Amino acid sequence: MPILEQLWIIPLLPLLGSAINGLFGAKWPNKAVSSVALGSTGLSFLFALEAVREFVYVRHGELFRKEFFDWIVVPDFLHGGNWFRAGFDLQMDQLTVVMVLVVTGVGFLIHIYSTGYMAHEGGYYRFFSYLNLFMFFMLILVLAANYVLLFVGWEGVGLSSYLLIGFYFLKKSASDAGKKAFIVNRIGDFGFMLGMFLLFRTFGTLDFTAVFAKAGPLPAEAMGQFGTITVACLLLFMGACGKSAQLPLYVWLPDAMEGPTPVSALIHAATMVTAGVYVVARSHVLFTHAPTAMLVVAIVGCATAFFAATIGLVQRDIKRVLAYSTVSQLGYMFLGCGVGAFGAGIFHLMTHAFFKALLFLASGSVIHAMGGEQDMLKMGGLSKKIKYTYWTMLMATLAIAGFPPLAGFFSKDSILYSAFQSEHGGHALYAVGLITALLTSFYMFRLMFLTFHGKPRYDEHHVHVHESPWSMLGPLVILAVLSVIGGWVAAPALWGGEDHFANFLAPIFGSGEAAAGLSEAAAHQLELTLAVVAIVAALIGLGVAFWLYLKQPGKPEQLAKSLKGAYTTLSNKYYVDELYAAAIVNPLVWISTNVLWKVVDVGVIDGAVNGVAEGATAVGDKVRHTQSGNTRSYAVWVVVGALVVIAIIFWPAIRPALGMVR
Amino acid sequence: MSAPLIIFFVLATLAVLGAASLIFQKHPIHSALSLIVVMVALAGLYLLMGAEFVAAAQIIVYGGAIMVLFVFVIMLLNAGEEERTNLSKLAKIAGWPLALALTGVLAAAMIRASPAVANPARPGALSDTATLSKLLFTDFVYPFELTSFLVLVAILGAMVLAQREQK
Amino acid sequence: MVPTSYYLILSAILFGMGAVSFVFRRNIITIFMSIELMLNAVNLAFVAFNQMWNTQGNKLDGQVFVLFVIVVAAAEAAVGLGIIILIQRNRRSLNVERVDLLKL
Repeated sequence: MPILEQLWIIPLLPLLGSAINGLFGAKWPNKAVSSVALGSTGLSFLFALEAVREFVYVRHGELFRKEFFDWIVVPDFLHGGNWFRAGFDLQMDQLTVVMVLVVTGVGFLIHIYSTGYMAHEGGYYRFFSYLNLFMFFMLILVLAANYVLLFVGWEGVGLSSYLLIGFYFLKKSASDAGKKAFIVNRIGDFGFMLGMFLLFRTFGTLDFTAVFAKAGPLPAEAMGQFGTITVACLLLFMGACGKSAQLPLYVWLPDAMEGPTPVSALIHAATMVTAGVYVVARSHVLFTHAPTAMLVVAIVGCATAFFAATIGLVQRDIKRVLAYSTVSQLGYMFLGCGVGAFGAGIFHLMTHAFFKALLFLASGSVIHAMGGEQDMLKMGGLSKKIKYTYWTMLMATLAIAGFPPLAGFFSKDSILYSAFQSEHGGHALYAVGLITALLTSFYMFRLMFLTFHGKPRYDEHHVHVHESPWSMLGPLVILAVLSVIGGWVAAPALWGGEDHFANFLAPIFGSGEAAAGLSEAAAHQLELTLAVVAIVAALIGLGVAFWLYLKQPGKPEQLAKSLKGAYTTLSNKYYVDELYAAAIVNPLVWISTNVLWKVVDVGVIDGAVNGVAEGATAVGDKVRHTQSGNTRSYAVWVVVGALVVIAIIFWPAIRPALGMVR
Repeated sequence: MSAPLIIFFVLATLAVLGAASLIFQKHPIHSALSLIVVMVALAGLYLLMGAEFVAAAQIIVYGGAIMVLFVFVIMLLNAGEEERTNLSKLAKIAGWPLALALTGVLAAAMIRASPAVANPARPGALSDTATLSKLLFTDFVYPFELTSFLVLVAILGAMVLAQREQK
Repeated sequence: MVPTSYYLILSAILFGMGAVSFVFRRNIITIFMSIELMLNAVNLAFVAFNQMWNTQGNKLDGQVFVLFVIVVAAAEAAVGLGIIILIQRNRRSLNVERVDLLKL
């Protein structure tokens, strides 16, 4: 049975797992719950593999799209046919292949890890139910063939994120973080919806193939113009900023670390936050027609990358550093898309999924080993004690810093190369990106040195450091292997490899951009130069971290004291949260309380309703005097009534007579 | 000043005086007798308009039956002169203006209802009792039967109402 | 000949006087009689209009209606006087202001 025909199986299996665990799992033993969860995700991964195989070998990469049933249909009464149709349509193309494999593959590994990590936690069944629910929505998101269904998945992953961040809901900071994530996401979703409306208004449909077919032949909008496509793209990007934590809507991601570590790994590293990048890449036809929007994307991505990296330099919580690192790396992906290198952006998405998930899972292993401690300044000297965790995390750190031949080097380098060649301030973008790469290398190695090297800064008698079980270590090893070899599918010709990845995605994004005006040899030269520069930057970062944290352990404190202003600003995250609270949240709460509640709800609405009742009572109070029980006044009323009726009936005749009387 | 006009004014004055007497007399029996005067005057006016059967019916039924009934009841109940009690406040303030307004409105309405009203009526169009009875039993047979049923109900009602209480 | 409007004005005057009496008198029977006066005024109007429209001698609808009014007035008088007798028995008075059991 061809799986491609029944693509719905892939999202459905996790949904079933979620439902079974959610409804029945409360009384089951852990093993039963995890077998349902792992089984559904694992099967989903296998089906996805099979679907990909069919796509590649049977259909030879031709776009596959199937409509399963009509969801929203608005018939066009005037012209026949449908005025609007959004159906449950799934599609498979090269971009989907990448996304679905990343989601199901990495997701499955994280499920395995969670069985070990969450083994002693309460609410085990609830966790896996939510995790499977998330997988369902994410798969809907990547398999959708129209914007509406994508938005269903979009909202759904936001919901699952809320549920999972607030998993320890009895802890106030956790439930607050969940709410913050949902609300900030919502702001982005508002932009996304407006973008969808605008697209529908312009193209009359929201199906991907239809919209892109109609947009393709249109002329590109000139720089600086704010035409329809530009506005729509900017609105979609606003949604992407919310979901993928870019400026100014990134504030939920660091707080989201309140959730369990596997959640951070899956949702806030590998999958949900990449949904924004996916949307931008999917809509590349629209974006390439709107150079202004692309420039905005690139600038925002670049700025976010730098901004988040600076904050990550001074954080003490191991997960916070990784959170800001995620924001920063997402910035790189948007930078790549913004300069037109959509393939590079997606490539970085894939490699980032590998090494960032690994980093989070490994940090979870460290926290588990330290009995719950998350402050790096209270760790140290763990490298000998938790060997597997140490070596896998080292692989991930080398990957993210961009050392060849690991995965991160190729993807980051590809993005920086494309940024350098961009016509609109490419050199500036490249410079900032390079500095950010240096900072990335620095703070990641700072993390490694503080956590694993040096003398232990904790009480060795009270904390018994132990290695994690194999259920947790297994996925770490697999992800480490992927982090090492994952980049080799896209080794550019420069290094003696074929850029298989770009070739694979070529049917969607077009073939790789050649350097403007440069011959092939010159292009190779440029690429080589830039690559070397990047490696040098990474080495500098490593060296500085080494010097500060291993050779001169007292130096960081001295630096912090001497640069006190800068240090406090950075460690307080530029006071952005406080700024938002003062400028936006508190005024809104004040307005809601004093205006909307007291004035509108109590005064106007209740007042109107009560006023009607009071009016009826008042009128009744006056009118009751007609019912006096006094027959003679009744007689008068009878005459009055007769007079009124006669006057009304004979009004045309009476009017002139009245004039005569006057 | 033609003869019909003079007769009209005489009868009209008689009617108005009778109505005024009805309003201002203290004893109900005097009011009843004044009402009989009004009815006779109206019967005369009907004759003047050529409605002979209606005039006869007015005298016989109204004057001869209904007013007799009134007089009997007055005598039966030994109704005396009216006492002086306080007027309902509303009636005191609104009574006279209302009455005048009512009269004026009605008059204006009726006069202005149709231009034909102002013209004198055509002479000589006497109405015929035979025609009247033919109309009554053909076009108006349904209301006719209904009113006879109504009279039956009224008789029964009056009998029930005026029974002595069963001890 | 007498213009129809004269009859109508007379009818209106009689009706108004009946209304005045209806409002101002205290004795129930007198009030009832003023109602009869109003009915008579209406009859006069009917006959006057009938005379106006009866050009050929065959349209006597107004007079038929007057007959019906008379019959109904008779029935009404019968029943109404029965009620008045009952009121006199119960309240021992024919003053309409004593009939005030519905007062709050």
